[in-house]
Amino acid sequence: MLRLDSVCKTFNPGTANEVRALANVTIQLAPGSFTVVIGTNGSGKSTLQGAISGAFDLDRGSITVDDADITRWPEHRRAHLIGRVFQDPFAGTAPGLTVAENLALASKRGKWRTLAPLLRGARRGEWKDLLAQIGLGLENRLDDPIGLLSGGQRQSITLLMATLTSPKVLLLDEHTAALDPRSAELVISLTTRLVAHSSATTVMVTHSMQQAATLGDRLIAMHRGKVYLDVSGVEKQHLTESELLALFSQMRRDDRFDDDACALVSAQYR
Amino acid sequence: MSLLIATLAIGLVFGVLALGIYLSFRVYQLPDITADGSFPLGAAITARLLRDGVDPVTATIAGMTGGALAGAITGAIHVHFKVNALLSGILVMTALYSVNLRIMGASNVPIKANTIFTPFEQGATAWLGQETSILGRSVPSSDLGLLLATTIVVGVAGILLVLFLKTELGAAMRATGDNARMLRALGTSTDRMTILGLALSNALVALSGSLFAQMQSFADAQMGIGVIVLGLASVILGQSLIGPVRSIALAIIGAVMGAVLFRLLVAIAIRMGLDANDLKLVTAVVVLAAIVGPTWLKSMARKRGKHAPT
Repeated sequence: MLRLDSVCKTFNPGTANEVRALANVTIQLAPGSFTVVIGTNGSGKSTLQGAISGAFDLDRGSITVDDADITRWPEHRRAHLIGRVFQDPFAGTAPGLTVAENLALASKRGKWRTLAPLLRGARRGEWKDLLAQIGLGLENRLDDPIGLLSGGQRQSITLLMATLTSPKVLLLDEHTAALDPRSAELVISLTTRLVAHSSATTVMVTHSMQQAATLGDRLIAMHRGKVYLDVSGVEKQHLTESELLALFSQMRRDDRFDDDACALVSAQYR
Repeated sequence: MSLLIATLAIGLVFGVLALGIYLSFRVYQLPDITADGSFPLGAAITARLLRDGVDPVTATIAGMTGGALAGAITGAIHVHFKVNALLSGILVMTALYSVNLRIMGASNVPIKANTIFTPFEQGATAWLGQETSILGRSVPSSDLGLLLATTIVVGVAGILLVLFLKTELGAAMRATGDNARMLRALGTSTDRMTILGLALSNALVALSGSLFAQMQSFADAQMGIGVIVLGLASVILGQSLIGPVRSIALAIIGAVMGAVLFRLLVAIAIRMGLDANDLKLVTAVVVLAAIVGPTWLKSMARKRGKHAPT
């Protein structure tokens, strides 16, 4: 289970660039659930993931995974609980290391790096089976430097690496946004399969309304650092892409209304 | 012939330096200028301890340890205080100049005691006699012993480095230089990896300094000037010898070969009348050319291609 309690984060406080990225957000996610997070630009959806992964310190609030309060844990210490896939398809793998070496590093996620040879006792057979699942012929490229592979291939492997050690939480940060449509489709189908087989509490941020409508068992829409909409169960299943698009224009209208209201108020008090 | 063998031996000692620079420059992708301080640090510690009657092996290991400490300090300044890596290195290098003078008690300390090379030199002399004939020329046997000793040291250091880079820890270091964000996401502190990596790199540099001092029979506060550029020259030269390979072992062999070849080229240039005072200038120009040259040639070729009549 993943719980965020009254989480607040303001970037550049007290300056002209002040951004209230998370304003008192409280969310509780059930173990093994699959939540899709959408939102306009600057709505705080990526900050939400950063808060969970430990990319920055919170101003207020706490984050717990199962019974562990991880609020003050540095990023690398949280890693044995949290698997991550980034938007940049090249961010999740080390290009100079081979596919096998990358997988081996991931299989020791959160553990001390010892002087044992990295590839001794490597579960090559198991990895080959996993790679074969992707369906891109990667099972024969275990000993190639991963930098030779395409973005889609590397993102697929990053997904495998993120789920290899069965983490409690899986964070997917717009992980198909930078891929071509075909690769994106491939990565999404792999995501669906891996999430279904995993017991991780999954949080996926996406820009694609189609993904938001079809994937996951819960949908959270963020707006101005707050939870704007939170649906799950049957309601989520019946949610359509067009309804989500309508929701988006509603949020944008709210935005404009706020700006107009500001102009009106300032005119009145001038 | 004797000159050639001595040059090879010195080249191999600089091969150890090249291993250290390979680690910082190629694995971590940061040119660590601490080397200019840790090279004479290794020499200073060893010279001082030899003067005090400590046995050569201990004195050499102590020199290496000093280098490791210096590298760790550079790394710690860089990651904990977020000081630019180059500046961290400059600070430590500058501080080390005073430290080295303190350790030696003078700017130059002769080494009169037995060194780590003495058993090899004596062994070769006892076995082969004073002079040995190679290709019809006579060379002092002790030089052959020296060559054997340096070959063993650089060979062992190189093999250990290759094996190390294939361990979990070594691979984590390579990943730190390659993609630090990924390694943090996989639960390893890249800060710790950086400190450890720079410590290891400077331990090798200091070992090279210690061996160099024992070979030349003195340590000097000035002997570190330009060491980083020399190391970079070796690594870059080695890379052009080996080509763009992905194997770590080959890249490391290349770096050592680069160091030896560079030393040979220098010996030839000086033989042909290059003023030894101009050596650093020439080295710097060569390194610049090696770094900038390939891209410049490519862009020239492209331009020419564009303007060529079709």
